[in-house]
Amino acid sequence: MSELLSHSLTMTDRDLRRLARQPWWIVVTLVQPVIYILLFGPLFKSITTIPGFHYHSYIQFLAPGVVVMTAFFSGGWNGMATIDDLNRGVVDRLLVSPLRRSAFFIGHVVQTSVSIVIQAAIIVVIAYGLGAHFANGALGLLVMFTAAILLGGSLNAVSNGLALIFRREETLIATLNVFMLPLTFLSSAFMQQSLIPHWMQVAARFNPLNWAVEASRSAVNSGTDWGSVGTHLGLLAGLLAVCMAFAMSSVRIYQRSI
Amino acid sequence: MNQTRSNGNAIEIESLVKVYKGAVRALDGIDLVVPAGSVFGLLGPNGAGKTTAVKIATTLARPTSGTVRVAGNDVVRQATQVRNAIGVVGQTSGVDVNLTGRENLRLQGLIRSIHGRELKHRVNELLDQFGLADSAKRVARNYSGGMQRRLDIATALVHRPQVLFLDEPTTGLDPEVRTEMWQEIERLTHEEGLTILLTTHYLEEADQLAAKLAILDRGKVVAKGSPEELKEELEGDTVHVELREDAPDGTIRAALESVQGIRQLDHDVHCLRARVEHGARAVPLVLQALEAKGLAVDSVAVSRPSLDDVYMRYTGREFARADEEGARKQNPSGEEKR
Repeated sequence: MSELLSHSLTMTDRDLRRLARQPWWIVVTLVQPVIYILLFGPLFKSITTIPGFHYHSYIQFLAPGVVVMTAFFSGGWNGMATIDDLNRGVVDRLLVSPLRRSAFFIGHVVQTSVSIVIQAAIIVVIAYGLGAHFANGALGLLVMFTAAILLGGSLNAVSNGLALIFRREETLIATLNVFMLPLTFLSSAFMQQSLIPHWMQVAARFNPLNWAVEASRSAVNSGTDWGSVGTHLGLLAGLLAVCMAFAMSSVRIYQRSI
Repeated sequence: MNQTRSNGNAIEIESLVKVYKGAVRALDGIDLVVPAGSVFGLLGPNGAGKTTAVKIATTLARPTSGTVRVAGNDVVRQATQVRNAIGVVGQTSGVDVNLTGRENLRLQGLIRSIHGRELKHRVNELLDQFGLADSAKRVARNYSGGMQRRLDIATALVHRPQVLFLDEPTTGLDPEVRTEMWQEIERLTHEEGLTILLTTHYLEEADQLAAKLAILDRGKVVAKGSPEELKEELEGDTVHVELREDAPDGTIRAALESVQGIRQLDHDVHCLRARVEHGARAVPLVLQALEAKGLAVDSVAVSRPSLDDVYMRYTGREFARADEEGARKQNPSGEEKR
């Protein structure tokens, strides 16, 4: 256990150093969400006049969705760096060392979590500047950040696992696009759940991105349903465990294919 | 250490077979023994299976059948022990270009539970040894090719491994850097008593560095021994002829059919290479035979056996040509290189 801890710290240290040398990466992944916040807010202003829409401002409604989406994509694209590492022989060198395999993925997940916290904080500040209010103070924000990290970490593990299986940038990009974009729209990120078509509501119930959006939105708005928040966070924690298990098995798949 | 268990052998490979998906037989029953404390060369053209053998011996890939023991431990069942005993310099570097030289070295130490002052001391020692002390704080992305290669080897040595694998360490390096690398490899065996398994497709590299070598061709070991032994097995000389104009198909072989003393012939349209019993006696006969068929000769040379001749004798092909063929056929499943 202490070896796993020390290996995880070593890999985390490595991944954070790499992140610190490419701070522009955080900025790049922020471009899209900031555009959402700045343009979707005014663009869909009249949604608030739809009967049955519970929020007075669209920004107020949208902000948690944008935080979660940012985490989703931030984690999802993380495998690209692993493909680069594969091509450079960095992964092979780690695999022929006594490094615990899980430490490799834990380092990546922690790195993604750190960038998610930075990105989420920036989005919260911008949304606040545009008039959004965050209920439940620090606790609400903590729940939102936790949901974002659990979701982003899961996507990170999947993305790195797929990177080891595909070993090609093109295949990874295509695969991620195929499921990341639909999952974004089959959720209540942009539109209140009760106002979307029934089949989409059903699909959203099985969509991890929606779990994170629902938990976050509930936690930072008044009238929080803590029971549902807890359930969704629990589901997300389970998802992270499953994704880590998948990532671990991808190492075996990779080693069997070479 | 573990060497008592392995009878002084650093690596023992028995009937090793590796079949890739799509039934590519990369290794077709290999037996090899590498004694401790020496440089062992695995020589062969592109696609011969060298890298596959290294991947299995370093626990990266799994054998289809057969066993490999490194430093006394089985690479499948005792992978962790093997990983602790080896250093690996792969064909594609392995240096993390986003980290500094020092960080690359520290990472390998930490993974192997070397900490604190001991680690600092070892890292500084290696930085000095490999002439990287001045660039230790620079990100490796900005290193020259030669510096990255030196860092690569240093990174493989942090934990003082018993066995070092060098998979084509000088491929793609400038000639000067290559010579530098050869000196470094020689120093490592002489001063540190390391066992080195070196794969190469440069004949002169194997000749220069390896105490013993095995020639690998199409997944099989076709010859084993010291470079001298292998060359001595070849009696006679090699006659190398270049023609002024390309010869029509079949004429070269037809011309030389009747010449006595030719043991083996390899040719393309404008040059030929014949192994003969006695060079000086064969030259006039060869020239006469070629002229008789109207093939004008541009140059002729006689040489004592080289490793190239050894290779040709065992595989029936000239090394450079087999190398090109191998490179062309380089299978898409990424047998030799991704």
